[in-house]
Amino acid sequence: MSGGTDRKTVRWALWLPLALFAGFVGLVLIGLLRPADREVASAMIGKPLPPFDLRAAIPDRPGLAHAQFVGGKPRLLNIFASWCIPCAVEAPQLDALARQGVEINGVAIRDRPEDVAAFLARNGNPFARIGADDVSQIQLAIGSSGVPETFVIDAKGTIRYQHIGEIRPDQVPLILEKLKEAEQ
Amino acid sequence: MRLVLAMVALLLAAPVQAQDTLPPAPYAYRQLDDPALEAKAQALMLTLRCLKCQSQSIADSDAPMAGDMRSQVRQRIAAGEDPEAIRAWLVERYGDYVSYAPRVTALTWPLFAVPAALLALAALLLRKRFGGKANA
Repeated sequence: MSGGTDRKTVRWALWLPLALFAGFVGLVLIGLLRPADREVASAMIGKPLPPFDLRAAIPDRPGLAHAQFVGGKPRLLNIFASWCIPCAVEAPQLDALARQGVEINGVAIRDRPEDVAAFLARNGNPFARIGADDVSQIQLAIGSSGVPETFVIDAKGTIRYQHIGEIRPDQVPLILEKLKEAEQ
Repeated sequence: MRLVLAMVALLLAAPVQAQDTLPPAPYAYRQLDDPALEAKAQALMLTLRCLKCQSQSIADSDAPMAGDMRSQVRQRIAAGEDPEAIRAWLVERYGDYVSYAPRVTALTWPLFAVPAALLALAALLLRKRFGGKANA
């Protein structure tokens, strides 16, 4: 009788390496087939906007400081650059948001005033203020790793939401919703 | 003739660049004057991930943002900040992903514990097999 159960244990153990190997192959396949996520999410959501004070990027808009995000309604902080092609793609969406009364403050990353001015002349200027960041200091301070990125900042100056990449036309309602959520 | 002209014009045209034209940040490509501080900065930069070119450290990368990160690291080291404090500052913003130096956390401890457990198990099995024979 005991010999029978022994043989059963042995038979079961015989398949164990194969089962382990199949599990390993499964893991590798999941890793291979799942679309790669190359986005680096900011860990600053829910934290206050760090202090900064940037000079104006173009003559006809004021510069930008963290103090200007406190009070009133939630605002957008849009990280862009004239040399960034997706930034031109999202320009009409930013315009649409600005027309709906959203205050959008921009930060131009590593940019020259004349290039920023030309970019805005070409794509429209939805910004209330534009700060110039020549050494990516704001990006590093708020955990942003590319352009364009858009942050929702509530009236207390807390970072509430990060949108990585350009805002596509179908994402405008999402941004409006996040702004509304930030009112609470 | 027109075709040739067009081709010459194409050759001379500046390529469309998705890259800025600003000069690099002050300490992106310049070492600190004090070799001891530079060595400290270099050691830290080798273990910080470039966020644009995600398989390189900021010490290896020519991306403008990596240059900006190097400049900030060098300036903060020169100002007397501790390298691990700078790493912690970046981890606070980007998560563990930005650092190449592994940390033991509630999530990662099995990575450190499993090899040790396997080694202990192997030692136990080997002792059973060979230790017994030596005693006999």
